[in-house]
Amino acid sequence: MDFKRREALWLGLGTLAAAALPGASLAATVEELTASFAQGATPGSEGITLTAPEIAENGNTVPIAVEAPGAVAIMLIAPGNPEPSVATFTFGPAAGSQRAATRIRLAKTQDVIALAKMADGSVVQAQSTVKVTIGGCGG
Amino acid sequence: MITRREFLQASLAASALWGGSGVGNWSKLAAQQALNAENLLAFEDFGNVTLIHLTDLHAQMKPVWFREPEWNIGVGAVRGQPPHVVGKAFLEMFRIRPESPEAYALTYEDFTALGRAYGKMGGLDRVATVVKAIRAARPEALLLDGGDTWHGSMTSLRTKGQDMVNAMNLLGVDAMTSHWEWTFGADRVKDLVDTGLNFPFLGANVFDVEWDEPALAPYTIFERGGVQVAVIGQAFPYLPIANPKWMFPEFSFGIREERMQQMVDEVRAKGADLVVCLSHNGFDVDRKMVSRVKGIDVILTGHTHDAVPEPVLIGETILIASGSMGKFVSRIDLDVRDGRMMGFRHKLIPIFSDALPPDPEMAALIEAERAPFKAEAEEKIGTTESLLYRRGNFQGTWDDLICDAIRSERDAEIALSPGVRWGPSLLPGDAITREDIHAVTSMTYGQCYRTEMTGETLKTILEDVADNIFNTDPYYQQGGDMVRVGGLRFACDVRQPIGSRISAMELSDSGAAVEPGRAYTVAGWASVTEGTEGPQIWDVIEAHVKKLGTVRVTPSEAVRVTGI
Repeated sequence: MDFKRREALWLGLGTLAAAALPGASLAATVEELTASFAQGATPGSEGITLTAPEIAENGNTVPIAVEAPGAVAIMLIAPGNPEPSVATFTFGPAAGSQRAATRIRLAKTQDVIALAKMADGSVVQAQSTVKVTIGGCGG
Repeated sequence: MITRREFLQASLAASALWGGSGVGNWSKLAAQQALNAENLLAFEDFGNVTLIHLTDLHAQMKPVWFREPEWNIGVGAVRGQPPHVVGKAFLEMFRIRPESPEAYALTYEDFTALGRAYGKMGGLDRVATVVKAIRAARPEALLLDGGDTWHGSMTSLRTKGQDMVNAMNLLGVDAMTSHWEWTFGADRVKDLVDTGLNFPFLGANVFDVEWDEPALAPYTIFERGGVQVAVIGQAFPYLPIANPKWMFPEFSFGIREERMQQMVDEVRAKGADLVVCLSHNGFDVDRKMVSRVKGIDVILTGHTHDAVPEPVLIGETILIASGSMGKFVSRIDLDVRDGRMMGFRHKLIPIFSDALPPDPEMAALIEAERAPFKAEAEEKIGTTESLLYRRGNFQGTWDDLICDAIRSERDAEIALSPGVRWGPSLLPGDAITREDIHAVTSMTYGQCYRTEMTGETLKTILEDVADNIFNTDPYYQQGGDMVRVGGLRFACDVRQPIGSRISAMELSDSGAAVEPGRAYTVAGWASVTEGTEGPQIWDVIEAHVKKLGTVRVTPSEAVRVTGI
C-alpha cells in the first residue's frame, strides 16, 4: 500500500504538470484526459469498482479506492476541481492486485471519475458523486 | 421443498397484522379493545427467536407528549411510501380509526384533545414493564437499542450520559449502536463503553481516520434457542458532518455498504442462522442499503424517528421502525430453522404511560438519578397557552418560540435553529420547566452565537440543509429536518435540485427581499465549529420565557412549500 501511495503521488504530480500546460477550459480538460487515456476506446462499465464516501467527512482529504482486476493503468479525475487530473496508477505484470487507494481533495460536490485500461486496450469507467457539504443540523 | 420466499409470504398472509398490499389493519383488533396493560402486551408467541427493539430514546426517562410530524415529505421513489405518510393518509393506509389511541400515538391531528384523553407516552419504567413481560414469555429475547439514548435531557447532559448508561444496564440491553452518544466526546464514549456499559457498543461502519481501519466491534453473535443470531451494528453514518467532528476527530463513519456486505458474509460463514442489522442510518438509507446488501433478515432502523405499525418488506428483509422518545417498543418473533428466517410476527407496542404500570425497580433508579437535579430541573419558568412541538420537516411551534427568544435576547435580524427531530411537546396550559427547555435543546455544543452573514451565505445554508432532506438519493440524506428560521421567510420547492429549491427570501418584519450582498445579523445555536462563543441556548430561552411569563405561539408561516 505504501508503495502504491508513493507511486500515486509521483504519477499524479507528473500527470498534473502535463495536464496543466494547455490551460484549456475545465470540460475540455476532462475530455482531453479521458481521450488521451482511452486512446479511442469507448469505456465500458463492468469490471471496475470505485469506492468513495457519499458525503465527504472532510473535503480536504477524501478517501477514494479503485479496483479493476486485470488493469494495466487506472486514472482518477475530479472534474469539479480547478485541476481535474488527480492521479494515474500503473500496474506491472507482477502486481498482486490492481487496486489503488488514496486521499484526494475535492473543491466542491462533484462526480469523481475512475477509468481503467486493460491489457487489450479496452477501457472501463466508474463514477461516484461525492457531496461536499457545510454540515450541521443533523437530527 | 418450499422456497424461502414462499415461506415468508405464507407467514405474511397468515398474520393478522398484515394485509395483502404490504400494509394492513394494524389496529383492527386494537380499536375494539380497552386501553389496558393486558391488551397492550397481548402477543401470541411465535417461532423460536424474539427481538425487542427500542431506539432514539433521547434520554427521556419520564413519560412525554410527542406530536408526530405533520410534514414528512418523501421524494423520488419513496414519495407517498411509509414513513412519508402523515395524518389522515397514515390512518387510512394502516386502517386506524380516527381519534383512537393508535391515531393519537402515530399521527398529529387533534393532538391536544387526544393527548388529554389518552395521556402521556413513554417512560423508561413503563418500557421496563413491557420488556419484563416479553422476557417472562420469552426469557431469551434479545433487547437491542438503536442509539441516541444517552443524549437529550438535562440530567443526561449533567451526568455526561451516565444516568442513561445506568438505566440501560438495568433494562438489560444486549447490544446498542450510536449517534449523539459521540457528542459527549470520544474520550467520554470510550470511558463509558470500557467501564460503564454491560453490553457491546457496536458499529461496523466506525473506522479510525488515520488508517481507515475498523475501530469498534462490528457485531456480536448470540445463541438463542439453539439459533445463532448475529447482530451487526451500524452507527449514524454522517456524524462528522452533522455533528461537530472536533469532538471525535480520530473517528470516521460513512454508510460503507461494502463493509456491511462483508460483515453479513462473515457472520454467515461463522454459522449465523439469523442476521439482524441494528442501524442508525435512518429509514430511507436503510431501505436502500438492504436493497443492495444481501443476506440481512431483519433491519431495526433508527435515527429518523419514524413509528411504522407494520414491518416493511424489502426483498426478503423486514424493516422495523420503532419511533422515538420511548413512545414505542417493537417485539418481533421469528421462526428460524435450517439457517433461515421462515416467518415472523411483529407488534409495535405503544407505551401508554397511564395504562402500563411502572416497573418499581426502574422507577426507583430514575428517581435516584434525578434526585441531585430534581429541584432545579422541575423549576417552573413559565406557562404555555399554545401547543409546543417540533417534529416535522419545517417549523414547529417550539422552534418558533426558540427563534423568537434568540432574536429578542441576542438582538439579531435573523435566527437559525437546527432541524433536529428530537424534543418532546407541551400541551396548552402546561408549565414550562427548566428541563422542558433542556429536552428540546440539550447538547454539548449549545452556545448561541451571534454573527453576520450575507444573504448569499444564508441561501447557501438553506439550500445545503434542504438537500440533506430532499435529495432523491437516500444516501445523500442526513436524516434531520429543515433548519428553522426566525425573522425570515422563504419558499422551498422540494422537487428541485440543490441550488434551486430556495427562493423568495424575505425579512418577515419588513417584507424586504434578502439581498445576496448585504450582511445580516444572524444568531443561532448548535454550530459544529470548534470554539463557537455565546450563552447556552437553554439560558437564552429561559430568560425570554421568564420575561413573557405566559407563552403564546401562532404556528409560523415562514416557509412556503411547493413541489409536494
